[in-house]
Amino acid sequence: MADAYIFDAVRTPRGKGKKDGSLHEITALSLASQVLEALRERNELDTSKVDDVILGCVAPIGEQGADIARTAVLNAGWSQQTAGVQINRFCASGLEAVNMAAAKVKAGEADFAVGGGVESMSRVPMGSDGGAWPVDPSSAFPTYFVPQGVSADMIATKWGFSRDDVDAYSVESHKRAARSWEEGRFKNSVVPVKNQLGLVQLDRDETVRPNTDMQTLGGLNPSFAMMGEMAFDAVINQRYPEVERVNHVHTPGNSSGIVDGAAGVLIGTLEAGKALGLKPRARIKGAASIGSEPSIMLTGPEFVANKLLGKLGMAKSDIDLWELNEAFAAVVLRFMQALDIPHDQINVCGGAIAMGHPLGATGAMITGVVLDELERSNKETALITLCIGGGMGTATVIERV
Amino acid sequence: MENFKIDVDADGIALITFDVPRRSMNTLTSGVMKEIPEWVERVKTDDAIKGAVLTSGKASGFCAGADLGDMASGMLGGSDLQAAYDAGWRLNGALRALETCGKPIAAAINGLALGGGLELTLACHYRVTENDNKIQLGLPEIKVGLFPGGGGTQRLTRLIGVQAAMMAMSEGKSFRPNDAKSAGIVHDVVEKGQSVEAAKAWVKGGGKAVQPWDEKSFKLPGGGPYHPAGIQNFLVGNAMIRKQSWGNYPAVTNLMKAVYEGVQVPMDAALRIETRYFIKTLMTPQAQGMIRSLFLSKQELDKGAVRPADQPKSDPKKVAVLGAGMMGAGIAYVQAMAGIETILIDRDQAAADKGKAHVEELLKKRLSRGQLTQEKFDALLGSITATTDYDLIKGSDLVIEAVFENRELKAEVTRRAEAMLEPGAVFGSNTSTLPITGLAEASARPEDFIGIHFFSPVDKMMLVEIIRGERTGPAALAKALDYVMKIRKTPIVVEDGRGFYTSRCFATYVAEGLAMLEEGYAPALIDNIGRMTGMPRGPLEMHDDVALDLSLKVAKQTQADLGDAYQPLPGSEIVRKMVEDLGRYGRKNGKGFYDYDQKPKKLWSGLGDLAPVTIDDSTPELVEDQKRRLLYRQAIEVARCWEEGVIDDPREADVGAILAWGFAPWTGGPITMIDQIGVAKFVEQADAYAAKYGERFTPPQLLRNMAAKSETFYGNFAGQKQAA
Repeated sequence: MADAYIFDAVRTPRGKGKKDGSLHEITALSLASQVLEALRERNELDTSKVDDVILGCVAPIGEQGADIARTAVLNAGWSQQTAGVQINRFCASGLEAVNMAAAKVKAGEADFAVGGGVESMSRVPMGSDGGAWPVDPSSAFPTYFVPQGVSADMIATKWGFSRDDVDAYSVESHKRAARSWEEGRFKNSVVPVKNQLGLVQLDRDETVRPNTDMQTLGGLNPSFAMMGEMAFDAVINQRYPEVERVNHVHTPGNSSGIVDGAAGVLIGTLEAGKALGLKPRARIKGAASIGSEPSIMLTGPEFVANKLLGKLGMAKSDIDLWELNEAFAAVVLRFMQALDIPHDQINVCGGAIAMGHPLGATGAMITGVVLDELERSNKETALITLCIGGGMGTATVIERV
Repeated sequence: MENFKIDVDADGIALITFDVPRRSMNTLTSGVMKEIPEWVERVKTDDAIKGAVLTSGKASGFCAGADLGDMASGMLGGSDLQAAYDAGWRLNGALRALETCGKPIAAAINGLALGGGLELTLACHYRVTENDNKIQLGLPEIKVGLFPGGGGTQRLTRLIGVQAAMMAMSEGKSFRPNDAKSAGIVHDVVEKGQSVEAAKAWVKGGGKAVQPWDEKSFKLPGGGPYHPAGIQNFLVGNAMIRKQSWGNYPAVTNLMKAVYEGVQVPMDAALRIETRYFIKTLMTPQAQGMIRSLFLSKQELDKGAVRPADQPKSDPKKVAVLGAGMMGAGIAYVQAMAGIETILIDRDQAAADKGKAHVEELLKKRLSRGQLTQEKFDALLGSITATTDYDLIKGSDLVIEAVFENRELKAEVTRRAEAMLEPGAVFGSNTSTLPITGLAEASARPEDFIGIHFFSPVDKMMLVEIIRGERTGPAALAKALDYVMKIRKTPIVVEDGRGFYTSRCFATYVAEGLAMLEEGYAPALIDNIGRMTGMPRGPLEMHDDVALDLSLKVAKQTQADLGDAYQPLPGSEIVRKMVEDLGRYGRKNGKGFYDYDQKPKKLWSGLGDLAPVTIDDSTPELVEDQKRRLLYRQAIEVARCWEEGVIDDPREADVGAILAWGFAPWTGGPITMIDQIGVAKFVEQADAYAAKYGERFTPPQLLRNMAAKSETFYGNFAGQKQAA
């Protein structure tokens, strides 16, 4: 079986996912198209050699509906021979798209494939695609469905993370993100978003607050206390009766930001790259997805990381850098606690608490972030993972070549 | 037709009068279900009929709903699912034919309409009821482990929206006429006796013969599950039903499923979906157990099923209550409400007055809610005399003693009160633990001495446990039962013994929680598992409510009584330390297993030092096992009571357990639970618990014998009844 290599990884900056965000006036299709255009331009890519474009998108309705990947391929002026498919593994969609692209390459189905994702959360709100799980009593009831924020608060409660713990994590995320921008760590991979006139609309992640501190964060109200007290605390408490009462620690300040953005990773075989004169940057060593307990929902990264390391015959010490999406601070703190990972090896450039989490795109974005960082710090191996709605985890190990 | 009468008037309006012969109240008997299609067909095809008005010929109400006795047995005759569905479809099919017959049909709801009764009117094109506060409209099926299966889940949601309909159906709450109108359940409320005229006027005025949901333009009020606003009703609704049901009541989940799936399709398909979930629910052990215990058995006990038939009926008119504390005052209140003249006696006038003031508070609540007129309020309060004077007892039919649990005090008031009583008047002691035979030793006429055990708060708790002492006579028993029935409580009769039936069995639940604490279970886990069994509260918080010092006192008394045979219960040393060393008495001094100085109460942080936690993680399997443990422990004590003859009627055992100490209602009661699990399987599991936790789980020989013969409690009981 062939190996799958990463040749390039690009992403848009992340715009605040509200009506006053810079990318609100840019369509999701445009975001996805600009990523594909950048991949083509940067690599002088003969797009007819790319078999498929796989894009994650979590709210695939409205302008993001009806297979936005194929629409973006056509809209970006790529070869009409390139197929496109939209996939949804909730928050890990972007990484799953990378893994599927890699799998197609490994299996010989594709010489080149793009794995990426797009989400304009300001234009197509989270949850607007409906879905049976929380709504149909046949699925909601037996799985103790609660909104993710309540799950995150249960993680903090069950494993003992206080409000100060999660806020301190958040302060550090902003600090790291700001430093990364300052030092130009992202400059090779972030492609500015252009507007309808072709002028730059946004060239930096919009939600980083370098000066945020414990005091500012401590003043924010918990986001999930009200819905928790209404009914959902009782639901998850029935699944975790060892907890006396859910402690609501997560706020907008220590949870991932709602943002707009897109990303794409170009993957192919060594031979195909050689034919087009492309230099491989990293090898995709392996990938895995798992299911975990759905009510607490966000503990999957621990299990998928262990599964993947086991499958690859690797030890934790073989991983130089860990990248876990900062969906909520407690998710990362629990992962660090469970796997005994020091803070200076994980999310070293900051994460979604500072820069935001454009649902369908994040997995591809953080793949690029950690690949740049491996190169910058001259390290070899990274494990990328995300917690996922419905109780899942997806992970990928990459190593530089 | 024998249940419906049709009179066509000069305007061509058929008045259909619903009047089931030989019954005090209309219910949807199988005869009724058969005849609905007959008159619908007549309305549809008779050219002389322009429209129809459906009303009740009974003063007692419009219709009280399905005949639960019929339904529980009839619909599930065998294991044939298709046959059960077909039986379940009969009503839905008939009502669908009614609303699509092409001619306007109005319901003149001239009395209460509950369950299937209300569903019958929901299938009519127009509903008018009368301004009478005795009229209740509602769908209470959930209370017996069912949900509306006559189109209610579909028509009510389409009338008033998912949120309001789910609230009405999941709580089983009834509406008064004006509330029903503002909710949108009925179209109009008219003065008493005017509903038929109003309904006819609607038909005559060109009433439309099409239901709103059969119109092309119909939109579900508030939106369906994938409507941006409607989705909240399901997201939050699903969570609410788990919060309230703890996952123990399939009826409420199936109700939600019927609503969720039903509102997404046209009415015919919606009704088929409802019937499928209804039959599924009816087949659950929970529904079977709840219908039997909470409806049929309770009704039988309320009507005096255990009263000695050969004793003449009595009617207590004047009853004295000794002791005007919370209990005595509560008893005075329920007596006043039942029209019994009450003498409320305490040691000093201030204490007696305080008791009466408590009654006044309760009555004021009813007054402020409009449930009492000022005149009635004055009369009820006036029927209670607060006094210290034992002479006023003279002429009483019954005395209830509700003084402190102290033998000497009880003996003294017994002698003083008895001196005032006519021959044949009964003396009842409201003791919760002291054996009646012993207390009766103070009595000059022990045949008239009996235990009448109320539960607190008396105005809310439905049960009264009557305890027969060794020498209690049948006349006293009959009179005590007549009294309990008059104050509209549910009586059970048990034999004498330590803790009688209810206190003894309830205590095992609290004690088992303490054992879990000693074994290292996290306190939150213990109480949450307790709540998850369907008990009203966890064992530790219950213990706080009962009071830890009281529980220590009882343990010491038991030790003194039993001497060498006494075996301390697991965890009792924790309670001793909390009470004697740390002054933690429970809720009453704000310090027990919980701290009560803030709301909500919080587990006491020092508990871990007395009982180190070793089990602070759970799996669904562990939770299931420990839930079963808590329920089994109580059921084993119930079986011991049965073996010892404390109790001998499964209806009393089940209804008593649910109403007295809140034994998980979804089980139908501890005896039903054992029967449904199967005695042999129950014994096997109990033995396994005994091996793990101790002899208190060892099942009594009675259960082993029953298991060997593949018997059930209810099976044996039915056999006895037949033989008798």
